[in-house]
Amino acid sequence: MAGTRMPAVEGWFTTGEDGRSPALLGSCCEACGTFAFPAEKSYCKNPDCSSTSFESVELSRRGRIWSYTDARYQPPPPYVAADPYVPFCLAAVELADEKLVVMGQVVPGIAVDDLSVGDEVELVIDTLYSEEGCDYLVWKWRPVVGVPAGSGD
Amino acid sequence: MADDKRVAVLGAGMHEWGKWGRPFVEYGLAAARDALDDAGLTWRDMQFVSGADTIRNGYPGFVSGATFAQALGWTGARVSSVYAACASGAVAIANARAQILAGLCDVALVVGADTTPKGFFAPVGGDRKDDPDWLRFHLMGATNPTYFALYARRRMDRFGATEEDFAQVKVKNARHGLANKYARYRKEVTVDEVLASPMVADPLRLLEICATSDGGAALVLSSMDFARRHSGGAAPLVTIDAVSTVTPSFPNTVIEMPNFATDSAAAMSPSGDATASGFRPSIASAAYAEAGIGPEEVNLAEVYDLSSALELDWYEDIGLCGEGEAEKLLRDGVTSLGGRVPVNPSGGLSCFGEAIPAQAIAQVCECVWQLRGDANGHQVEDARVAVTANQGLFGHGSSVLLSR
Repeated sequence: MAGTRMPAVEGWFTTGEDGRSPALLGSCCEACGTFAFPAEKSYCKNPDCSSTSFESVELSRRGRIWSYTDARYQPPPPYVAADPYVPFCLAAVELADEKLVVMGQVVPGIAVDDLSVGDEVELVIDTLYSEEGCDYLVWKWRPVVGVPAGSGD
Repeated sequence: MADDKRVAVLGAGMHEWGKWGRPFVEYGLAAARDALDDAGLTWRDMQFVSGADTIRNGYPGFVSGATFAQALGWTGARVSSVYAACASGAVAIANARAQILAGLCDVALVVGADTTPKGFFAPVGGDRKDDPDWLRFHLMGATNPTYFALYARRRMDRFGATEEDFAQVKVKNARHGLANKYARYRKEVTVDEVLASPMVADPLRLLEICATSDGGAALVLSSMDFARRHSGGAAPLVTIDAVSTVTPSFPNTVIEMPNFATDSAAAMSPSGDATASGFRPSIASAAYAEAGIGPEEVNLAEVYDLSSALELDWYEDIGLCGEGEAEKLLRDGVTSLGGRVPVNPSGGLSCFGEAIPAQAIAQVCECVWQLRGDANGHQVEDARVAVTANQGLFGHGSSVLLSR
């Protein structure tokens, strides 16, 4: 596929185009070790910490499903839906090291029946929508077991 | 309980919920006039007007207190306009109560009303790439039902809740709302009909997700002294004994609208106190603590059933039962009219749909009528203590405790 590829949001994830694996870009407080996604830039969210210094970190690429659902009806704008609309799954994924839960779409081709709480998933980069020859990219979760061929990145 | 934390509820009023698309001010005015009549007072008697804002109706919605004051006719009353998402009504009540308890005014009018668009709530307009509410729609297509469904799926996985349980909540609430003249939907449904309705966000179906509605609700609140003077010395029939408007405690480890991620518990584990199990349980427990009343004394509850499954979460979060026991409470009929603690005797959001700034006020109106014995057709027998609970987007808890 020709055309440009651009993150749908700036600075939230790496796309893996430098040969490394893609990852969400979070922050880790240099004083108390609290992680945050999206990355914290101003003040630490820990109420007992007054730090303003944060290290940019790539979050764990794998986690376990905390819960999941799907979107049978087309979400309203600013979601840019394909025409015709194709339902997709979403998952909230627990990252063990960072001790936080991150949401995201699940890669196309996966139905809710393919998912269970506790399943391992990994982060991939996929097209969120295409506009005027540009693919806008976003992170998605892909089940580690039973990965269908050709999905995701 | 000592007078110093209580305020009297002198009047309650509502405009029927529905979908007409008329100006929200109209619904608020109708509710306000009903509440004033109910109190036996006039608008000119009101020293303070507390508006709950609507963000989908232009500038007048952002300054709702003044909008309602102007519509009723300027009297010089002091004003507050507040937005706290679904908790807006409770915060408007809290503001009026604080003015009364501080002795800054004796009697206040609280009003909330909304006119809502059709379909999923979308974020307010504009390209706002630093607003998580805009970004969650743009980057994930995550609607409000997405989050409700995540909680519902957790209940199924952790506690063995079934789709039939969720449907049964809808069946119960539909029955409760049948005789409520303010409810938008007054029709019985069966479990089969619920389960045959289209899936929206698995495992939640269309009939299990609350609609968006037009509606308005209002209250007249006063000091205990004012109430006694007004009634020739008698104590007020119904009082508000506590209002909780808590925010979450860090680290909040439950994913909440409109966030992409939870707080990280890497540096600090959720503490061992009452907030350990998350934000929602802390909401009503703050109200119980403030009033010195326990959940075992509650005779009825109005909770925010944004989805059928979410009502079950609330049973546990307001202390009606332990974690994982809500399904049993439902199945045993404890939370149905005629049971030990009816939940959503009004019919809840299931029968009303949500008129955001009016909803938390409407919950209190229902409790007032229940405690006075005025809830025709859906009365909880001999109700003495009532509690409301809801949660607003971006971390607004709300719970109001009332007694007679």
